[in-house]
Amino acid sequence: MRDPNSFASYFNFAQVNWNNLWSATVETVWMTLLSLVFVFIFGIILGLLLFETTGKHTAGAVILNKLTAIFVNIFRSIPFIILIVLLIPLTKKMTGTIIGPRAAIPSLIISAAPFYARMVEIGFHEIDAGVIEAAEAMGASRLQIMWKVLIPESLPAIVSGITVTGISLIGYTAMAGVIGAGGLGNLAYQDGFQANQNAVTLTATVVILIVVFIFQAIGDFAVRKIDKRAIA
Amino acid sequence: MIEFKDVSKIYHTRQNTINAVDHVSLKIQDSEIFGIVGYSGAGKSTLVRLINNLERPTSGSVYIDDVDMTTLNGKALRTMRQNIGMIFQHFNLLWSRTVRDNIELPLELKGLNKAQRQQKADELIDLVGLKGRETAYPSELSGGQKQRVGIARALANDPKILLCDEATSALDPATTEEVLELLLKINQQLHITMVVITHEMHVVRKICQNMAVMDTGKIVEQGAVLDIFRHPQADLTKEFVQEEVNPEKDDTKVIVSQLLEQVPDGLILKLTFHGEQAKLPIISEMLKRFPGIELNIIEGNIHQTQGGALGNLYLQLVGEQTLLTQGVAFLNTMRVDTEVIRNA
Repeated sequence: MRDPNSFASYFNFAQVNWNNLWSATVETVWMTLLSLVFVFIFGIILGLLLFETTGKHTAGAVILNKLTAIFVNIFRSIPFIILIVLLIPLTKKMTGTIIGPRAAIPSLIISAAPFYARMVEIGFHEIDAGVIEAAEAMGASRLQIMWKVLIPESLPAIVSGITVTGISLIGYTAMAGVIGAGGLGNLAYQDGFQANQNAVTLTATVVILIVVFIFQAIGDFAVRKIDKRAIA
Repeated sequence: MIEFKDVSKIYHTRQNTINAVDHVSLKIQDSEIFGIVGYSGAGKSTLVRLINNLERPTSGSVYIDDVDMTTLNGKALRTMRQNIGMIFQHFNLLWSRTVRDNIELPLELKGLNKAQRQQKADELIDLVGLKGRETAYPSELSGGQKQRVGIARALANDPKILLCDEATSALDPATTEEVLELLLKINQQLHITMVVITHEMHVVRKICQNMAVMDTGKIVEQGAVLDIFRHPQADLTKEFVQEEVNPEKDDTKVIVSQLLEQVPDGLILKLTFHGEQAKLPIISEMLKRFPGIELNIIEGNIHQTQGGALGNLYLQLVGEQTLLTQGVAFLNTMRVDTEVIRNA
């Protein structure tokens, strides 16, 4: 028998069940993409809310700004592994289960959306105030300014922000996997670590890295495509 | 007509209060180009933003025709703003849109369909001379081209008024000339009222019929451009006119003092010509009539304004005192403004 702690054990790929690996990869990508869609939507809405209520002096705007800021700051600060435990009752109500990829979605969204909202808000603040003023001078409504100016003009920041958020979401799904959400994290922990199959852990790691790199590459490519600020 | 009725705008900061616009009353007639000159911080930018209500006055009213802009809100204000184009020092184009899409933006906001937008954009691209650059992004354009896009965009809704906020201040002299020519052409073709904010007297001289000079929120002087150039009243106005008409004032002073040293009995005159006089041979006429007068030209210049040509000439006259007095009297009968700088 080989020593399960030896360096060579990492390369005993006979231990790897490729079917399991594939389905775990699919689960990870699925969890990430599905939660990313919601994170994108909520993040933009929260980001717009933060941007539009910053620096306003009406009572409504001040209160809304404070509430949004508090919500964002709290959920951005809670470590994910604690958040997922904290949200178990909510998860059960929403998805009917506390295990499997579906159960991970609510906590993934709640932890990543506030983080993304801040990045979106920063993107909006980077837009030249003169451009917004020009749109106001044309008679644009607030909604038109959001849709035609704020979002298109900060699109590179919005896209690179969602790339970064997506990559941390992949990390979160791995953590969620440890407490039963499935995916590559779960595979590495249960089939790898707990079953003393180092090759499985290594393979899961490599696959996660590949997923992250592909994600980053797509994000970078998209930003390069949209960004027309520099002369090509 | 645009009318300011006793308008003030006061900003409160933590430390102090700033009277950005201080009891301004002003009338701007339809189809004219009206210049507002002042140094930065004089309140010009705030003043122009009161017209389209980007800034709300603390007191007073701003009327466009018979509408009090200060009372408008929401939809009514947005509809009114569509009739007022605005261009900016830094162009404020959307980098994410091509030339054509930037020009179409105000039309999109108004809800026009694609065909209507395209037709209008084509006309405007022609008007501002950007044919062939429709699909370029702002980052691919020069400053002058960007301002042309800004102008086309501002004209998309066929406005009655165009506000120009330091529109040429970020451009080099040659490009400034091109943009000013374009604004003149637009004013003549479309009869749009233009309000031009600038710190460059040159801009006002070139395109404006009437002007106001602003200092710390107040209008210190206003009137026809030619009158103000000929007879500036306020110290600030004199400074602006001097800078534009004779930027090398100090040089002239040196030359004058040198001449005074060399020919202590000379009479130093400053003549100001305007309109048709600038084309007449008034000086040679004087020399013919008073052959005893000897003449030295110290310095001279001539400028074109919307009200006609405007010239300055510094002369040294040498001769008998009675002859000189007659000579100056002759110049006065020709309605040339004469100013005796030194009579030794």
